[in-house]
Amino acid sequence: MTLTAIILFPLLGGVLAWAAGWKSAASARRIALIAAALQCLLVAALALRLRLAPLAGTASPWLAELRMPWIPQIGASFHLAADGLSMAMLLLTAFLGLVAVLVSEGASGRNGGGLHLCLLSALAAVSGVFLAADLLLFFVFFEAMLVPVYFLIILWGDLREDRFAAALKFFLFTQASGLVMLVAMLVLSFLNARATGQLTLDALELRGVPLAGAVALLLPLGFFLAFAVKLPMVPLHSWQPVTYAAIPASGGIILSGVMAKVGAYGLLRFVLPLFPAASSQLAPWAMVLALAGILYGAFAAFAQTDLRRFIAYSSINHLGFVVLGIFSMNGLGQRGAFALMVAHGCSVAGLFVLAGVMERDGGSRDMARLGGLWAAAPRLGAFALLLIMATLGLPGLANFVGEFLVLLGTFQASPRIAVLAALSTGLSAAYALRFMQRIFFGPRRGAEPAADLSGRQAVAALLLVASLLLLGLFPGTMLQAVNGVLP
Amino acid sequence: MMATVPTEYGMVLAAVLFCTGLVGLLVRRNVLFMLMSTEIMLNAAGLAFVVAGSRWHEPDGQIMFMIIVTMAGAEVAVGLALIMRFYHLFKTLDTDAADTLKG
Amino acid sequence: MLQLLWTVPALPLLGFALLALFGRRLPRAGVSVIGAGSVGLSAVASGLVAWGYITQTVPAAYSQCLWTWMEVGSLKVDMILWLDPISLVMILVATGVGFLIHVYSTEYMRDDADYARFFAYMNLFVGAMVVLVLAGSLPMLYLGWEGVGLCSYLLIGFWYDNADNARAAVKAFLVTRIGDIGMLIGLFVLWFSLGTLDIQPLMERAQLQWTPNSAVAVAATALLLCGALGKSGQLPLQVWLPDAMAGPTPVSALIHAATMVAAGVYLLARTHVLFDLAPAVQCVVAVIGAATLLLAGTSALAQRDIKRALAYSTISQLGYMFLALGVGAWSAALFHFMTHAFFKALLFMAAGAVILAMHHEQDMFNMGGLRRRLPLVFWTFLAGAMSLAALPLVTAGFYSKDMILWSVLSSPKGGFLLWAAGVVGAFLTGLYSFRIVFLVFFGEEKGHASAKPGPAMMIPLVLLAVLALGAGFVEIPETLGRVALFSSFMGVHAAEASAVLGEGTQQVLAALLALGGLAAAVVLYLLRPGIVKAWVATPSGAALQRLCASGWGFDALYGMLIIRPVVALSSLCRDDFMAVVWRAVGICAEGAAAGLGRAQTGRLRFYMAGIALGAVVVLALVVLL
Repeated sequence: MTLTAIILFPLLGGVLAWAAGWKSAASARRIALIAAALQCLLVAALALRLRLAPLAGTASPWLAELRMPWIPQIGASFHLAADGLSMAMLLLTAFLGLVAVLVSEGASGRNGGGLHLCLLSALAAVSGVFLAADLLLFFVFFEAMLVPVYFLIILWGDLREDRFAAALKFFLFTQASGLVMLVAMLVLSFLNARATGQLTLDALELRGVPLAGAVALLLPLGFFLAFAVKLPMVPLHSWQPVTYAAIPASGGIILSGVMAKVGAYGLLRFVLPLFPAASSQLAPWAMVLALAGILYGAFAAFAQTDLRRFIAYSSINHLGFVVLGIFSMNGLGQRGAFALMVAHGCSVAGLFVLAGVMERDGGSRDMARLGGLWAAAPRLGAFALLLIMATLGLPGLANFVGEFLVLLGTFQASPRIAVLAALSTGLSAAYALRFMQRIFFGPRRGAEPAADLSGRQAVAALLLVASLLLLGLFPGTMLQAVNGVLP
Repeated sequence: MMATVPTEYGMVLAAVLFCTGLVGLLVRRNVLFMLMSTEIMLNAAGLAFVVAGSRWHEPDGQIMFMIIVTMAGAEVAVGLALIMRFYHLFKTLDTDAADTLKG
Repeated sequence: MLQLLWTVPALPLLGFALLALFGRRLPRAGVSVIGAGSVGLSAVASGLVAWGYITQTVPAAYSQCLWTWMEVGSLKVDMILWLDPISLVMILVATGVGFLIHVYSTEYMRDDADYARFFAYMNLFVGAMVVLVLAGSLPMLYLGWEGVGLCSYLLIGFWYDNADNARAAVKAFLVTRIGDIGMLIGLFVLWFSLGTLDIQPLMERAQLQWTPNSAVAVAATALLLCGALGKSGQLPLQVWLPDAMAGPTPVSALIHAATMVAAGVYLLARTHVLFDLAPAVQCVVAVIGAATLLLAGTSALAQRDIKRALAYSTISQLGYMFLALGVGAWSAALFHFMTHAFFKALLFMAAGAVILAMHHEQDMFNMGGLRRRLPLVFWTFLAGAMSLAALPLVTAGFYSKDMILWSVLSSPKGGFLLWAAGVVGAFLTGLYSFRIVFLVFFGEEKGHASAKPGPAMMIPLVLLAVLALGAGFVEIPETLGRVALFSSFMGVHAAEASAVLGEGTQQVLAALLALGGLAAAVVLYLLRPGIVKAWVATPSGAALQRLCASGWGFDALYGMLIIRPVVALSSLCRDDFMAVVWRAVGICAEGAAAGLGRAQTGRLRFYMAGIALGAVVVLALVVLL
């Protein structure tokens, strides 16, 4: 029941906030904030309970599950289930949801209630994705994520950007690839029914379906395509920079911090367990693709002058490491990928908080017109410095744990790729420091924002900084969470 | 049993009527005449039903004819109303003038 | 006492945390107390730890496990502190000299607006360095390693409103980062070869499993060497160190003496067992050291900026340490590191006093005659310069440099050529150190020096001057009466040596060359300054001078070979050329829409004809097929 509550609760909070929004934007924000905070507590409490008392004596790999009939004609059931991986991702989702609501732009005229409804329903959909253990249910939540993001871009997006084109591009890419995945799901279920005579869409029961010939390669590719677009991986990334540029900062936190991780989660949850043979066959190619993304993202990020596009390309760079770790096909690399998913969630959310603060307080997004901001906004500067250090993989911060393990795992799989990926961290240092230098150091240029971090923004920044430091120095609990899920 | 008209004759007549209607529809530009051509085509279809019904001694053909006549009536009512609006809008009855949906 | 070990890194880090969080709300006195006090307490704690270590009944290395950092399968990385003679010497120098520099800074930075930020960074710097040297596992060492890199970045760019400073900071970080990547890959190689990343088990297993000069040994040590080259400013990664002078002078003192550049020397000393198994790499280390010390020595001769001249001297002295490491004499390298820490901190801080008195003038040719204005600064600077030039018998630098030169000559891994490079370097060292002294303190007065430095600056200078002269007496070579406190503490015993020259002969030769450097400086910069001026005026002299002044043109070379291609590639990626594929898909869709749209004439009869035709075709198909 708790599992359903995790999905329904933010939705309820969102509807309430929307209703309150007709009266005043401030009360909508307050309600949304309370809902997001309670959601955090709820997920944390569940995580704690499951950790203390996992289902004893059952053969099930799930720590908690709920199964109800849904559409028996096609074998779909309403099957929610949580294990260590999904609990960790749920915690990240709830945490970043709280951060997003903390810094949301809701108070600014354009119907704040609706903004919070979109944010919270996006949270609900993502939570559903992390909980779904039925392929069709997963697909429904996967597609449901698109809707609030679409409206966030269209209705609350940056007026300087072509919001409609961005929203359309985002929708087309994710929708089209999602449909390919749906076809792959149905074919898989059909093949399973032909082999075993049992109609099911359950992710666990579909493991080990005997596949042969072209299908054995095409089905995993269908799943892979959808997740690669979501991450995104080069060359399927071209929706991302425009979307990041147009989306409001609070939506960007959820889109980049959590939804991008859905891609990696999908690879770990579905592609690898459902198609083990094909995965290891595809792994070298995927690693080369990931490496290409790492280098491409790093070079492109180095040349950007727009704050948001910088965030986009640096994300491409980092998520390349995640894919690299996943397809290293060993425990070290996959755990590293998992740690990097969480860490990058926090650090990229921080960058969006930074972008939101700069834009709201009248600053420009164009790095060529910024400079010397540290003098006026030392707290913002310190926050940015920490994020930049996390981005370039400074040990002691969470991203390093992920990158280190990913590279170690990759080195085991392919030393050559690991060496090239390690060399690219020099590039990431270059683009990260350039970012810092352009915005915060040097002489002032006059397009800087008016104010420093304050109030809610400072709270959000502090939460993110604390989590990056804690996960960087004490990653033990996080790494243990996926014991039994990953090899 | 009175002597019956062969089924073929009836069907050929229906086809000829249908083609007359179709040709009228394609070559006339006056929307009123196009509506009339449509009526001819409907009646051709109705005739075909009746002929077929008498061939197999089934009442269905005549029932279908009743439906077609009813529908034709309704269609004329709607069509004439549309023609009125059409004339108001374009000050002509030439359908080729109404090509605002051109891609 | 030994249980206090964790406080040695914890205190400066605590100081950093306090200053970072509340620094701007504290009064200056409070900042000074926290900033200097935390490092002072840390120095006291390391003193106590040292006392505890020496008075152990059975001398043994001490380790303290704090917590497990990462644990995945068989990979277990602990946050573990490891205390043995090497790390003990390092923490004593880092916290002791670090404390003196902090005390000095309370006066030097008195008028700076960002007083608290400065001390926060400095505390973090010392804390990270202590973590580095106490680390019991390589990833933890890497944590401290990158930590000092971060702090150097922050402190070099401390005065950030000048874009040049920020650029120098980025350069320092990136150049050392390149080395660090090599080191990180080295960690991977070690892990897959030996199955652990804890330093002590690593060395034990290496001795059992590696055969000397095997591919894996060479690869792993060469990669570790990359990291050391970057941090210690050795060829070919030395380019960041001269530019690092952009930071405030106490920062230079800290980077050059107590922290940062020592890290590379420490890493090689710490893993000397691995390097002993890869003589090929050791040979490379020695050659790099020799080349660096000559190159930097000549560069130091052509500098106008007093801090840049000192920076090149640091590179040169680090070259000596690498030379020693290359021939396996790691304790000699550490000994020179220690004495170098004393005299280089002293030189930088005395230079800082001069710069402050000259109102931030750093060009030596605009100084002169300052020995009368700043007598105490002059005498302390002279003590430092003598020690740097290794004037025989009375200076600490003599004993440590002598130990290196003798090891190079006598070790089977060394040889006459490497020794000769070292001795020529000794001549250069004498020349450039006294060039600075004569240009700054002798001759006619050029600028207008004001306010003498106060006690917070002078007391550290005097203390360091005493150490710069006297610290060498813990290790005196056999020819002069054999004291071996340092090497016996390190657990190294002098091996039977055979060399082309006797120990005494080489000492006399080296001492004569150092004195020769001094004499040359007297002639060229005190008695007959015209000689140099006339020579530099000739075309070849001018060209050589430009080459030396630019540090042999490495910056231009890297600009062409690395920076330009990277920038070109990134501007290629800037507009996302891969998105072109998708833009092409979009254009195809639009083209198709335009083509099919033409079928939509908007004419009713046209549509009717279409329907009729379609019906006919369908009927025909049904009938015919």
